[in-house]
Amino acid sequence: MPTPSAPAPTGGSVSTTRALARLIRWARPAVPRVVAGGLATLAASLLALAVPQVLRGVVNGPLLTDGDRSAVVRAALLVLALGVLEAFLVWCRRALIATPGTGVERHMRTDLFRHLLDLPVAFHDRWSGGQLLQRSMGDLHTVRRWMVFGLVQLVVSATTVLVGAGLMMYTSPLLGLVYLAGALPVIWLGFAFRQDYKVVARRARDQAGDLATSVEESVHGIRVLKAFGRGEDALEDFVRQADDLRETELHKARAQSRMSFALAWIPETTLAVSLGLGVWLAASDSVSIGALVAFFATAAVMNRPVESLGQLLAMTLDARAGTDRFFEVMDTGAAVRDPQHPAALPAAPAGGSRVELAGVRFAHGAREEEVLRGVDLVLEPGETMALVGLTGSGKTTLLQLVPRLYDVTGGTVRLDGVDVRDLARRDLRSAVSVAFEDPILFSASVRENVLMGVPEEELARLSAADTDALVHEALDVARAGFVHRLPAGLDTVIGEEGLSLSGGQRQRVALARAIAGRPRVLVLDDPLSALDVATEAEVTAGLRRMLRATTTLVVAHRTSTVALADRVAVLEDGRVTGVGRHTDLLATHPHYRYVLTAEADGGPGGAEGAPAATADVTSDLPLPRGERTEATR
Amino acid sequence: MSRAAPRPDAATAPAPAPGAARDEEGDLALQPRDVRRRSLALLGSLLRPVTRRVLTTALVVVGAQLALVAGPALVALGIDRGLPALRDGDAAPLLLVAGTYAVAALVAGVLTAATVRLAARVSQAVLLDLRRRVFRHTQRLSLEFHERYTSGRVISRQTSDVEALRELLDGGVTTLAASGLAMVFTAISLVVLDWRSGMVLLVAVVPGVLLTRWFQVRSQAQYRRSRTAVARVIVRFVETMTGIRAVQAFRREAQVAEVYDDLTEEYRAANAEAIRVNGVFDTGLVLIGNVTVAVVLLVGGLRVLDGDLAVGVLVAAVLYARRFFAPLAQIGMFYNSFQSATAALEKLSALLAEEPTVPDPERPARLPAVTGDVRFDGVEFGYGTGQTVLPRLDLHLPAGQTVALVGETGAGKSTVAKLLARFYDPREGAVRLDGVDLRDLDPVDLRRAVVMVTQEAYLFSGSVGANIALGRPDATPAEIEAAARAVGVHELIAALPEGYDTGVDTRGVRLSAGQRQLVSFARAFLADPAVLVLDEATSSLDIPGEQLVQEGLRTLLTGRTAVVIAHRLSTVMHADRVLVVDGGRVVEDGSPEQLVAAGGRFAALHTQWQESLRAT
Repeated sequence: MPTPSAPAPTGGSVSTTRALARLIRWARPAVPRVVAGGLATLAASLLALAVPQVLRGVVNGPLLTDGDRSAVVRAALLVLALGVLEAFLVWCRRALIATPGTGVERHMRTDLFRHLLDLPVAFHDRWSGGQLLQRSMGDLHTVRRWMVFGLVQLVVSATTVLVGAGLMMYTSPLLGLVYLAGALPVIWLGFAFRQDYKVVARRARDQAGDLATSVEESVHGIRVLKAFGRGEDALEDFVRQADDLRETELHKARAQSRMSFALAWIPETTLAVSLGLGVWLAASDSVSIGALVAFFATAAVMNRPVESLGQLLAMTLDARAGTDRFFEVMDTGAAVRDPQHPAALPAAPAGGSRVELAGVRFAHGAREEEVLRGVDLVLEPGETMALVGLTGSGKTTLLQLVPRLYDVTGGTVRLDGVDVRDLARRDLRSAVSVAFEDPILFSASVRENVLMGVPEEELARLSAADTDALVHEALDVARAGFVHRLPAGLDTVIGEEGLSLSGGQRQRVALARAIAGRPRVLVLDDPLSALDVATEAEVTAGLRRMLRATTTLVVAHRTSTVALADRVAVLEDGRVTGVGRHTDLLATHPHYRYVLTAEADGGPGGAEGAPAATADVTSDLPLPRGERTEATR
Repeated sequence: MSRAAPRPDAATAPAPAPGAARDEEGDLALQPRDVRRRSLALLGSLLRPVTRRVLTTALVVVGAQLALVAGPALVALGIDRGLPALRDGDAAPLLLVAGTYAVAALVAGVLTAATVRLAARVSQAVLLDLRRRVFRHTQRLSLEFHERYTSGRVISRQTSDVEALRELLDGGVTTLAASGLAMVFTAISLVVLDWRSGMVLLVAVVPGVLLTRWFQVRSQAQYRRSRTAVARVIVRFVETMTGIRAVQAFRREAQVAEVYDDLTEEYRAANAEAIRVNGVFDTGLVLIGNVTVAVVLLVGGLRVLDGDLAVGVLVAAVLYARRFFAPLAQIGMFYNSFQSATAALEKLSALLAEEPTVPDPERPARLPAVTGDVRFDGVEFGYGTGQTVLPRLDLHLPAGQTVALVGETGAGKSTVAKLLARFYDPREGAVRLDGVDLRDLDPVDLRRAVVMVTQEAYLFSGSVGANIALGRPDATPAEIEAAARAVGVHELIAALPEGYDTGVDTRGVRLSAGQRQLVSFARAFLADPAVLVLDEATSSLDIPGEQLVQEGLRTLLTGRTAVVIAHRLSTVMHADRVLVVDGGRVVEDGSPEQLVAAGGRFAALHTQWQESLRAT
């Protein structure tokens, strides 16, 4: 089952206030309006508290004494005015806070997105899409709701309670003290609640993220689930996870219910005591009836703020969990960073660029075994070099070091003599183009997908006709003529939100994208694996013609792809163990021969008329331990 | 990721199911009233299983409200009765009133706490039910649907939309019950206490209703907009994170972020507008409430002066009037989350209303023992309403035969494979397994009998072993290992830090493409089907890897029907029979040797291939 794909939560030891205070970076533009809105809310609540005081005046004044009708009318008008003012303040609050709140949420969301775009591929290898999605949507939603509602309401409720308590003290110190006595156990219970709830709130958010991951995988892996008829099993796993989340949510509810009990029972009980005591005091005329009425009217106004405190506290802790999860991503520094003072990309040499790997080492993590253990390899300008090695020998990893999708953990990769880490990633990647084996196209037209391979600056210089010619040529070389037969030709939207293409079709569009910009350096990861022999030969010929000045590194599994190359490098055991021409290596390098023909050392295999379909050599295949270990990375 | 094309236009989008009109979100187009009815029907069906719990919760809420609402009445009693009695030296009435208040406080506390728990149980039960339904339904829906609807949108439905409903369920339902009841009780108490003051209150309800109608219309539009916008944000997010390598390699960060900015801005604007509308609604309710209180005070105060009304009753009436409107804010909030949830329910119910284009049979035919005899009888097929891919295919694959399909990309090879695995149903004719139309075959038996391995080897997060076990969940570790050995991936897995228990990372990126294909091969071996369909399943393997698989294949394919699509002739040459496909028709059919000898297209391919090998 999906393991929690996020590293251990950080910031657990920091106080909730401190954790939430970090949001100020995004909330700052909204602060003046939030404060103004908070003041409006506070004023509205205080106005609500003023009504009982007016009431007291009426009861103690005209109603019980002189019977002045105009005084009653005046009082009613005053209540009306206070009421209208309160409504106005409520409106102010909504208008002031809510809209900037959505702006803050959006700002956090786009910043998170930009940060994720900046984070290296290695980060994305570790984090599941569902967790990231949940952080960017659900968690930020929680944070926003707290910021515009929870936080303000918490301040206002607390202030209302404090002012109300003050008014009670003023109205009748003794009765007020009775009420305040009830606050002590409530505060104590509040602390206990916080400890308990904080933990489950975080767990609930993590589980929601895992659930999103399961959803994501069930959708992306739908073909596999369907092919094996495993929909029901996936459902079972999903329901189990959803049930775990439900359990956690119920745990939260239990904690909240304990708090609700305290907040409903304790204040009401103090009121019961106050009623007995108050009437008794009134009987001895120590307290006026008007004061008594005002006291209980105040208590009535405070009723809701007190009750809401538990809910608001829970909301705050939920928001804290969301905030922590947001910062866990934001605090992850981009391991592949642009240098502070990036070197200028050297001008493209006339004969092509030189790529040099010197003592290159790479491991996916500090504690993991190295995939590459000192690779030395030089690609001469304009040369096409094939990279051959067993599945899992690190070929794909090595390719990705050139455009710095991963960073070396040792040694250097140089482009025309400059360490790629000294270049701005943008510059580097506009010089180095990639075609992945698993081709990823975007939801855009075929034309736009192909043009992504062309640097914008260059695109800006080209006329529409030139651009078109570029697209056509690239598609032609990649033998992607099928695109012209799509419903809208080159303008057909493909990718996730458009027409789905077959694997071979996607590979060819991706290849066209990689070569459209005529990059200085091209790295191709087995780009023709889904093509048949005839098409492969055509593409190969086209590439040779088009890429004369391009230095190319191509991962090859088959002789037909190797034919594209001037020279071949053999990757074995994390090192390059041989570089040379195909025929020479075939004669001299046993491992090379094994990789390309599956023939064991020495014996020329051959059976059933098909050289590559050599018969039962499997049993006596040499499987050097080191090789297989290497293959695991 | 161009910003020019957020959505495919009608001409380029994959065609929807025949005859069904769809809106811009790809949902079936319906009249707004029907959409609302359908979403309310969904809400009703979700609440039905928990009806008793909802009623219990409502009863508890009533109790809690009764206990709370007793407060002002008891205060009035204490002042009007307890005080004079006490002045006369009789403390009993006061003690009774205060004692009753204390009991009411305890009851209120207990019942309030119970409400929180019960409400959460209702809410969580409904959410679990909804999650399960949507998940199951999306799994049932055909590939045709998934290719049209996009993964991001399905994810959006199952995350963001479900959460929108949660807000309603969590706070909403109980708030509605509690607040509504509080208002009813307060109104009744006031009418009983003094019917004239009660009338003032009831008059005030009229503008409240009008305001609510206005809010309903306005907020509904905004929340629909918000749901559509959030789905787009999620679609883009998922697509970007899935393709992050390409985004970075092609320096699309700035453009992608710009598009995302626009989408999030639309989502923000929709939300902000919904919030603004809600703000007007809230303010209106407060205003109505406050005006009413002033009127009650005026009318009541004058009547006290006239001697028509006791002071205590006036105080109670004013307190009740305030109380009456206090819950209105809560009801406003409820209504707000209800509107938001309705918009989400509209989307969810639309998803649930999608019918699989590959439906399960009503009376499934069982096929416990399969020989693997496959027939395509006059099969005609095209995707959606698109052009015909297979014009008319008649084909018999006798049990146990290994058949290779050869032809150019787009010739229809994969289509044949997908029809055999029943990812799609033919437009005309039938695909039969042991004489049974696949459409009538029990889905469980079908999946046991026919397994397809595709080029894209998707691995789920979890251990390597678990990924292989996907082929047969009840397999023992020994069986899993045997399957891995059969495809030659055992040594590789054994060398992993935790062997078969090693977790594959997100999207399986830590394993190379070839290794992933080997793992998915092991899955198929473990599944042990009567018919195995391999669609470019070996394309990423290196030659030694492919050889290992070939070895295993030879063992596995004995006594099994296999359809192999491969562009490498090394794989094809092992087949009993080769079919050359062109334009959806079989143009050559025979054993590899026969076809090579016959000198047709296959022979030409074979020559080419031989030459490419000779180049070594």
